[in-house]
Amino acid sequence: MNIEYIRSQFPQLSEKVYGKQLVYLDNAATIQRPQSVIDKWVELSSKMNSNLHRAVHKIAADATEEYETTRDAVKEFLGAKHREEIIFTSGATASLNLVAHCFSEAFVHEGDEIIIAESEHHSDIVPWQMECEKRGATIKVLPVDEDGLLMVDKLPEILSERTKILCVAQISNVLGIVNPVKEIVSICHSRGCYVLVDGAQGVVHENVNVQDLDCDFYAFSGHKMYAAPGTGVLYGKKELLEQMPPFLGGGEMIGTVTWKKTTYAPLPQKYEAGTQNMAGTPTLKPAIEMIKLLRSEEMLKYQNDVRDYLLRELQNDPRIRLFGVPRGTVEKIALFSFAVEGVHHEDLALILDKMGIAVRSGQMCAEPLMDRFGVTGMLRASFAPYNTMEEAEYFIKSLHRAINMLV
Amino acid sequence: MTLKERQEEIIDEFSMYEEWLDKYEYLIELGKNLEAFPQDKKTDDRLIKGCQSRVWLDYELKDGALYFTADSDAIITKGIISLLISVYSGRTPQEIAADDFAFLNEIGLKENLSPTRANGLVSMIETIKSAAVINS
Repeated sequence: MNIEYIRSQFPQLSEKVYGKQLVYLDNAATIQRPQSVIDKWVELSSKMNSNLHRAVHKIAADATEEYETTRDAVKEFLGAKHREEIIFTSGATASLNLVAHCFSEAFVHEGDEIIIAESEHHSDIVPWQMECEKRGATIKVLPVDEDGLLMVDKLPEILSERTKILCVAQISNVLGIVNPVKEIVSICHSRGCYVLVDGAQGVVHENVNVQDLDCDFYAFSGHKMYAAPGTGVLYGKKELLEQMPPFLGGGEMIGTVTWKKTTYAPLPQKYEAGTQNMAGTPTLKPAIEMIKLLRSEEMLKYQNDVRDYLLRELQNDPRIRLFGVPRGTVEKIALFSFAVEGVHHEDLALILDKMGIAVRSGQMCAEPLMDRFGVTGMLRASFAPYNTMEEAEYFIKSLHRAINMLV
Repeated sequence: MTLKERQEEIIDEFSMYEEWLDKYEYLIELGKNLEAFPQDKKTDDRLIKGCQSRVWLDYELKDGALYFTADSDAIITKGIISLLISVYSGRTPQEIAADDFAFLNEIGLKENLSPTRANGLVSMIETIKSAAVINS
């Protein structure tokens, strides 16, 4: 197994932009898809395009089989206890909205509190704000320190007997810091507070075992972990999901429907109203296989070398202010958001783009975190396991050149 | 110099640069040389919506012509607005309102520089146009 072989599996990586080789460093936004995922997508669209769970004909049965074996694969991958704890959604945002709405409906009342980490993505903030407004509940913030590390020592005093749930990303999409989710869960549970983990970045980079983490919910998107866009997963503990009301109505989420009284299907169908993404969701299977392939010891060492090189280069440049600086035993993935003194992030992104480098600039769907650090935006280079050391070196060289053009 | 002549001049200037990075160097230079914009004029009503960077645009009507001043916190965007000002400042509202802004396509600015309206070129054009229409 070598990096060239891995890269050959991703058609997009060999594309050119403006006549230059594409260097794709916007992986935290959307990761590239391997041929195995594209093939699965095509196969489902061309050989078994049919609505799921309903019809008795052959291709519907094949499509349903593909879909339901994907549930088993995700269950294994996340280390969930029951297959019906795996709910397919259209993405992490849909998963988080489902929890915010249905959990609040069941458990959040006037005067209750919800804790949200300061480094959260808007998708993990706004649905809760909407619910709190409706119900007269309030949001409390678990802050990050100057290095971007969550101040977990403050958690016991932020928790109260009114706190119903805490929402935290396993890895922030801006800071790249691996948060101590297990410790947070343990503190919260000891105080009767549930925990929702946004795993959009975490599932790509960390070995996840939801039973070991003991989190109550875990949400992620398909398109950030090599699968098709418009796919996503919500893991939820069975006993909680069973206590919560349905989210959307219609399709296969029903038991029986009469004008007088409608009953609902058991899990997981209860939360899968409407026609499912039958071509997309099964691509989670080859995507999971790709994740496993990229976690070989050899590949992990390479990824760590790339990360260490970038961290060193960016930290040693006095013009660069890096957000999310690991300290002690804290881990950081190869995701770097930073600001350059006297230079606007948009200018850097525009120039890097013309050098063939795709990076992200702006607020990264985390405006409160931008405010926390007093910036209008940042530049973010997010590396995937398929990015090479040569690309990392080219990025650093190009960044220096771009900065020199601008100052 | 007429509006069309000035636009032709810019098309000529841009055609000298083969590489996009050279075009950026040129825009950065324009941005750095843009006349200072008073700090107290950086108000929300002068802020152009739809930009990743902040762009403030102000104008005044003097002797029948529109005069634009602007600023941005991003230097390439500032270069672009400076370019627009050098074309449209001092023209009559009727002249601006009748223009199709097509020269921006010819120098490749529109498709190459605002793929996602990141720098708000479209919004800048709209703001200049509406100033012209209001005062026509």
